[in-house]
Amino acid sequence: MTTTPTLTSLAAPQGGVEALRAAGRASALRFLTAGSVDDGKSTLIGRLLFDGQAILADQLDTLERRAAGRPIDLSLLTDGLEAEREQGITIDVAYRYFATKTRKFIIADAPGHEQYTRNMVTAAAGSDAAVVLVDITKLDLNEAEVTLLPQTRRHSLLAQLLRVPSIVFAINKIDALDDAGAGFEKVKTALDKFAAAAGLNVAATVPVSALRGDNVTQPLDAPWWNGESLLQVLERLPTVAERTDAPLSLPVQYVQKDAYQSNGTGVQPRVLWGRIAHGGVKAGDTIEVLPSKQTAVVAEVRLAGETVDSAEAGDSAGLVLDRQLDVSRGDWIVTPGSATQTKTFPATLAWLDTEAAKPGRKYWVRHGNRWVQARISAIDSVLDINTLQPREAHELPVNTIGRVQMEVQHELPVEPFADNRVGGALIVVDPASHRTSGALLVDAQAAATTEEDW
Amino acid sequence: MNAAVKPEQLIADVDHAHLDALEEEAIFILREVAASFERPALLFSGGKDSCVVLRLAEKAFKMKNAAHPSGYSGALPFPLVHIDTGHNFPEVITFRDQRVADMGERLIVGHLEDSMAKGTIRLSHPLESRNGHQTVTLLETIEEHKFDCLIGGARRDEEKARAKERIFSHRDSFGQWQPKEQRPELWTLFNTRIRPGEHFRCFPISNWTELDVWLYIARENIPLPPMYFAHERQVIRRKGLLVPLTDVTPPEAGETVETVQVRFRTVGDMTCTCPVESPAANAAEVVAETLTVTVSERGATRMDDRTSEASMEKRKKEGYF
Repeated sequence: MTTTPTLTSLAAPQGGVEALRAAGRASALRFLTAGSVDDGKSTLIGRLLFDGQAILADQLDTLERRAAGRPIDLSLLTDGLEAEREQGITIDVAYRYFATKTRKFIIADAPGHEQYTRNMVTAAAGSDAAVVLVDITKLDLNEAEVTLLPQTRRHSLLAQLLRVPSIVFAINKIDALDDAGAGFEKVKTALDKFAAAAGLNVAATVPVSALRGDNVTQPLDAPWWNGESLLQVLERLPTVAERTDAPLSLPVQYVQKDAYQSNGTGVQPRVLWGRIAHGGVKAGDTIEVLPSKQTAVVAEVRLAGETVDSAEAGDSAGLVLDRQLDVSRGDWIVTPGSATQTKTFPATLAWLDTEAAKPGRKYWVRHGNRWVQARISAIDSVLDINTLQPREAHELPVNTIGRVQMEVQHELPVEPFADNRVGGALIVVDPASHRTSGALLVDAQAAATTEEDW
Repeated sequence: MNAAVKPEQLIADVDHAHLDALEEEAIFILREVAASFERPALLFSGGKDSCVVLRLAEKAFKMKNAAHPSGYSGALPFPLVHIDTGHNFPEVITFRDQRVADMGERLIVGHLEDSMAKGTIRLSHPLESRNGHQTVTLLETIEEHKFDCLIGGARRDEEKARAKERIFSHRDSFGQWQPKEQRPELWTLFNTRIRPGEHFRCFPISNWTELDVWLYIARENIPLPPMYFAHERQVIRRKGLLVPLTDVTPPEAGETVETVQVRFRTVGDMTCTCPVESPAANAAEVVAETLTVTVSERGATRMDDRTSEASMEKRKKEGYF
C-alpha cells in the first residue's frame, strides 16, 4: 500500500476517487429490488456489486472456495443468513452499498418469497425507486399475449401503493432465449399494458442477464437493443425530496429539558427537536402547536450542536420558543391555521401480520411521533392483485392490501400520503404481540369514494 | 491523469452533502432513542465506529463550545457502557478514560473477569480469545442496570448478517436476536414498543460504509486512539495476518517477531485483532489508503470471523453486539 495512490489504482473500488467528489453529483439513490424466488435478484445485486468492484478480495475468496472450480455464484454475496443458504432463498431485507463515478447507491434487497412480502414493504417504504425483476424463462412466450406472474403484479402494485416514485422493470435471463429480442418485446408489451391499467410510473423497461452481466453495468451488445443499461437508468433517476415551499410541519420528536444555555440568562431553554416534514422555519416565525393550538414565536433555531438562521424540510431542527408552552413528543409544530386535524380518515392498508386485520379490534398506530389507539371502522375493499379490481372483504389476511376507514382515539393532523410521506404514513402495531402489523397510507378524502384509482 | 492524489485535497473535495445526510439520519435516530426509552445507554469501546457515534451524540444533545475540553457543552441523556474483556489494548483504555473525563460523562464498565469469577463464563484455556464471551458480560450488564436500549456502532457493510439487521433491532428477554421475527421498519416510524425484560439494540450508523466513517473522522477531527494511525509495532506473521505481540498472543514455536510500521483498522480484543502494514499517519491518509484496499475490514483484521462463514450470525443470535 502507498500513501499517495495514483488515480489508476483509486479508480477501482467503491467508485474510486471520483465517487468522493461533490461536483455535479446526484444525491444517493435508495432503490429496492423485487422479484419472485429464482428470478435472479441476488445474482443481479451480486452483479452490480461485482461489476462496480464493491466486492473485496476476501469476500471473493470465500465465494471461490465455495464454488470449488465452478463459476462463482454471485447471489451468495447477499444471502447473508445461515438459514437462507440452506434454503437457497433470501428471507430478509439486506442493505448493500456501492458507488459509481456519478452516484452513490443503497440497495434494499427485498425477498420474493410470498410469506415475506412484509419485507418488500419494508424495503419499499424508504426507497426512491423499485427494480422489479421479471424472469423471462418463467413466462409462456407462445401465448398471443404473455401472462405475467402474480408476483410481478404484486411487487409493482406494492411499490406503487407505497408511492415509490419510479419503477424499473428488468427482464432477466435473456441469455436463456434463442431470440431474446422478440421475447423481450413480447414481455415488454405485456408489462406496458399492465402498467397503463394500473397507473404505474415506469421509468424504464430494460433487458438484462444478471448471470452473464449483459446490460447491467455495460450496455447490451445486440442488434435489437440500443437503449440504456440498468445502471444508466439508475444513475439518472430522481430522489424524493420533501417540499420546502409549503407551510411548516414539524413533528416533535424529542423535548430536551436540560439543554445547554448559551445566552447566560440563567433560563434553561427547552428545545423542541423534530425532523421538518415540509416547509421551513426561522427565528421570528409565529408557530402553532397541535393539538393544543397554542401559538408562540420562534426565538432560536438549532441544528446539530449549533444555532442557525433557518432550517428546512428534511432537517432535524431544534426550536426554542419565546414562551413556556406545554409541548410533548408527538405534538406537531405548524404554520398557524395550516393543518387540519381529524379522528377519522380513509387509508390504504398493507397488512403484514399473519393474524388478519379485523374491523373493531383495537390497535396502536404511530403517526409522526405520536402513538394513539385506533380501530378499523370499516374495510371498504381488498385489492385483487390479478384483476386490479376491489373485492368485498370482512378482514385483511397477511400480504393483502385493502382500502379502509380508520378511527383514531385523538385528533391527528393527517395529510394525504401523495402530498407528504411524513404526514400521510402510519404504522399499525398489534397491542398483544407488539408486531408491526400494517402500513397505513392516508388517502385523499375525495379519492375514498371512487374505486377507479386502484 | 497520473498525478498522485493528495490526502488533504481529497477531504476538501469530498461529497459533503452525502456526509451531511448520513449525519442527519444518525442524529435523528439518537434523539429517537432518548425520547423512546427510559434507560438507554451508548456502547463506547474507544473503537473508531463508537467514537463516531459518540461525536454524533454530542452533536445531537450538546452545543459546540471551543472552551470546553471536549469541544461541546451540555450533557448526554444516557450513560456510556464498555464491556472490558481484560484483554483490551492498554492504549485504548487510556484513550477511553481520557475522552470520558473530557466530556464529563458517566461510564459504566462491565468486566469479563467479574463474569469469570461468578462462573457465568468459563474459558477452555487461559489464553482463549475472550471476544465471543463478551456476550455474557454484556447481557449481565444490561440486566444489572435494566437498560432498555443499547446504542452501538455496527454498520451494515461490515458483514452479511449485519446487512439484514434493522436500525432498531429487538432482543427478546434472553437477549437474543430473532432474524426471522424482525419487525418491518417502515419509513422512520420505528416500532420501539417492548415488554419488561426485553430490550433494543440501536445502530445509528447502519447506512455508513467504512469509507464514510473515515471521511467523517477526517472532516470532524474526531479523536481516536493513536494505534489507528501508523506506528512501529512488534508483530508475528501468521496465516497471512500480522498478529501483534502481546502477553496474550506470544509467538508460537518457530515464529519470529519483527518490527513493522502498522496501523489498526479495528481495535477489539487483543487476541483477535490484527493491524495492517501502513504508513497512513492521519485520517485523510487512511481515506486515501481505504480507496485502494481490496480486503474487507473484518477479513484483514479479525481472526474470529474466519472460523465459519456463519460465525457472526451465530454470535448475534446469542446476543453479541
